[in-house]
Amino acid sequence: MAEILEKLAYCIEFGKINKESPYPPDMKGQDGADEYARQALESGIPAGRILEEGLVPGMARVGVKFRENKIFVPQVLMSAKAMSTAMVHLKPFFSSGEVERKGQFIIGTVAGDLHDIGKNLVSMMVEGSGWEVIDLGVDVPSAKFMETLNNHPNAIVGLSAMLTTTMVNMNSIVRDIRAKHPKQRIIIGGAPLNDNFRKEIGADFYSPDPQGAIEYINALVS
Amino acid sequence: MPDLLKALKPGKVLVSDGAWGTYLHEKGLQPGECPESWNLSHPEEVYDIAISYVRAGADMIETNSFGGSRFKLRHYELEDKVWEINREAAAISRKAAGDNRFVLGSIGPTGKLLMAGDVTEEELYDCFREQASALQSGGADAIIIETMSDLEEARIAVTAAKKHTSCTVICTMTFERMADGTFRTMMGVMPSEMPEVLIRAGADILGSNCGNGTRDMIPILKELRSVNPDIPLIIQGNAGTPKYLEGKTVFMESPGETASFVPELIRNKVNIIGGCCGTTPEHIRLIRREVNKF
Repeated sequence: MAEILEKLAYCIEFGKINKESPYPPDMKGQDGADEYARQALESGIPAGRILEEGLVPGMARVGVKFRENKIFVPQVLMSAKAMSTAMVHLKPFFSSGEVERKGQFIIGTVAGDLHDIGKNLVSMMVEGSGWEVIDLGVDVPSAKFMETLNNHPNAIVGLSAMLTTTMVNMNSIVRDIRAKHPKQRIIIGGAPLNDNFRKEIGADFYSPDPQGAIEYINALVS
Repeated sequence: MPDLLKALKPGKVLVSDGAWGTYLHEKGLQPGECPESWNLSHPEEVYDIAISYVRAGADMIETNSFGGSRFKLRHYELEDKVWEINREAAAISRKAAGDNRFVLGSIGPTGKLLMAGDVTEEELYDCFREQASALQSGGADAIIIETMSDLEEARIAVTAAKKHTSCTVICTMTFERMADGTFRTMMGVMPSEMPEVLIRAGADILGSNCGNGTRDMIPILKELRSVNPDIPLIIQGNAGTPKYLEGKTVFMESPGETASFVPELIRNKVNIIGGCCGTTPEHIRLIRREVNKF
């Protein structure tokens, strides 16, 4: 792998956004994800390779460490910030169609629920692993998921809930989606959930952490 | 008005109340409906929850204001009613508590991440100042800043409550058990980190709520006590972990089970015991019965 892409992956892994950023303290004054992404493009490395060999591996290491409780939300957020800063340089190549992403992922916190910290983490990390993410926000009703699916029929759907009083809404959302799209892949996540719940409502996959979700959807398209 | 800290001085263990959110839903709060709005639209139902905890033997009751911050109310377009909603929350609980019991004005997290730049320190401070002041105006004796994950946000809330009210200030955080058996909030904060920062900010009482059943609160209590032997501590556990049965989520820990952990909590020098998600007046009644034995 080109050295510059390794450096980029390292900046993603440790949340080094740019030269100016004082975090992490032991990388102060060094180039960050912003600079390395730009330099990689300038040196002629294709955007697709920068994504696959620079961003994705960095984010994967973050996902694994988070799952293993070695890092926490603050560290993941910094890595996600580094990743989206680098992505700014790559975005023109996505819109032009030059770089293909793995697929589309529709995500939202279900109706009645306003919690989004976990959902936002998953959003950012899924994007960092090469997917196009359509984030519907919070308090999202069935109708909105359905409408978005109609516009993006090949997308995978992710549902998030934080409360025991709103996770039950996943039942009706899954039912509504399946009525129209019986083979639709639906994954779920959130603090009160477990795999038994997933089975009860007929969703395809439950993960207690973002990395599990990423590994599942990556496997679907590989 | 009674002084909560004075009541705790003689080494007494007091009993707090149980869940409000799950109780409101049982009373017909719809998914997507703002729980705090019921202080204005269904005050008699909110009063009923408060009085049922008083009757169950609680020494103190909270207020229906957990999500009453400006940021949370904005989603329901109730931002302009922040003061009224919080004042009424405290007034309803005050009426139920009478003169002899304490009212704890509940303040929950804003859901905004300071470190992600969702919000500034000033905005958070103003938001907490507003809520705490409104709760005091309705008759709260204490402000309980609860279910916190971020130490900075908690510090700002404690500072605002201390500076702008004369209420006793309580702060509790929510921990998860990690793979290695230690406890941390989702932001990585350990129980042992709480006392230094929060006491300096003005907290009078610390503790933990939510995230765990009462049994798993015991190691959290021990960790807090090991770092500070003197500060009053409050523990409010969930009624175990929720299971999805026949279209409903059910909390599995019975009142008797919850109460069975009371002796161990008292042995580890807890000062106030209550409950969080899934707990009911019956849970509080049995906790009261156990506490009375000491």
